[in-house]
Amino acid sequence: MKPAHLAIAALLLIAASGCSRLEPWVKPYERENIADPIMAWDRDPVSTSYMQHVYDSREGARGASGASGGGCGCN
Amino acid sequence: MQLIRRIAQLFLLAPTAVAGVLPDDRADLMYHYYDGGGITIDGPSLLVRKKFAEKYAVNASYYVDMVSSASIDVVTTASPYKEERTQYGVGFEYLRGKVTYAASFSNSSENDYNADTASLSISQDMFGDLTTVSLSFTRGWDDVTRTGDVAFADTVDRRIYGVNVSQVATKNLILGLSFDTITEEGFLNNPYRQVRFVDPDAALGYSYEAERYPRTRTGNALALRGRWYLPYRAAMQADYRFYTDTWDIRGHTAEVSYTHPLDEEWTFDVHYRFYTQNAAEFYSDLFPREDFQNFLARDKELASMQSHTLGFGVAYEFKPAWAAFLGKATLNLRYDRIRFDYDDFSDLSTTGFAPGAEPLYKFDADVIRFFFSGWF
Repeated sequence: MKPAHLAIAALLLIAASGCSRLEPWVKPYERENIADPIMAWDRDPVSTSYMQHVYDSREGARGASGASGGGCGCN
Repeated sequence: MQLIRRIAQLFLLAPTAVAGVLPDDRADLMYHYYDGGGITIDGPSLLVRKKFAEKYAVNASYYVDMVSSASIDVVTTASPYKEERTQYGVGFEYLRGKVTYAASFSNSSENDYNADTASLSISQDMFGDLTTVSLSFTRGWDDVTRTGDVAFADTVDRRIYGVNVSQVATKNLILGLSFDTITEEGFLNNPYRQVRFVDPDAALGYSYEAERYPRTRTGNALALRGRWYLPYRAAMQADYRFYTDTWDIRGHTAEVSYTHPLDEEWTFDVHYRFYTQNAAEFYSDLFPREDFQNFLARDKELASMQSHTLGFGVAYEFKPAWAAFLGKATLNLRYDRIRFDYDDFSDLSTTGFAPGAEPLYKFDADVIRFFFSGWF
């Protein structure tokens, strides 16, 4: 799939969410554990991005580290 | 100077948007140290984030690599050298409802390489805030030069398209999916690195010529991850990433980690990571003759290889009496030991072997990060 197609598909997903009546199956009051700081994808961005830099400089593969952009829906 | 470093930098500076909530006001000051394969790199790293009116956030970063290199490539074909790379970055985020817009820019410079990078991203919370979807687009413009050769100058143009989804699956489990497509066009090899070929007239039985890479490369990376909250307040994470590109490299990365807090002050981390890849289509440890094919590489990052990492970390949280404006602070120490094993990259620092019969190269690296984080 071309990147442009993927981006369009993702945008449609976002647009469709506006019409959704899906009930959240993990209620806000049940999110105590996933809101715990130890559950963060990336607790220390400076340290995480440095290690990514170490690997990307020495290995052929790169990308999709996903360290940023995560969310726990806890706010 | 290494082109691949620029790639790392692009991801490093990508906007760190988390939909629905802006990052905390926070400052991180880190000292980083790498020692392995004859290369020592250390320097400072600084990141400051500040938000305004719970709607806007800015960040600024500064990073330095001080490199002292006597790597296996340098030992066999050049002279040890020292160099410094400096990187500055700025970013801006705007939160509107459940959507976060982010933009960032960075510049990296060293004596023979300059890189500018701009990135945009949009993130949205949906399905009762259980799902966060982020889209990002990054452009990079690099200028490549070669020390001692004023006639040489070239460029690299880079685009990265990214999708990231984070999903709360249960009250104790978060799942993540990331997909990136990276396209590059321009001078993608190292202007100093050489390949070797069989040469019966040479004393060693082989000679060197400059490496030549294709001027385009497109790679795709797909990663899946899960993070579990354990019943006794600890967390465990598993990650897997598949990578493939138009140079015929396929890579698999797997990692598991465990986080264990102790009392209110201490947090301990341990992790293991495994990586494996096959060689690029045009890679060879020893080409049969000079100009054997159009494209030639003997870069160990394009060889068939594996790496194993075992890492430990400890963080101590406290309220500094000497800085009342800080709500809390942490002192952190992380140590990683990495073993790199190559399947088709010979150790040419050894002597007494026929060309192509040298022992395979491998090395261990020690990586240390010591940093202070303050929330204000």
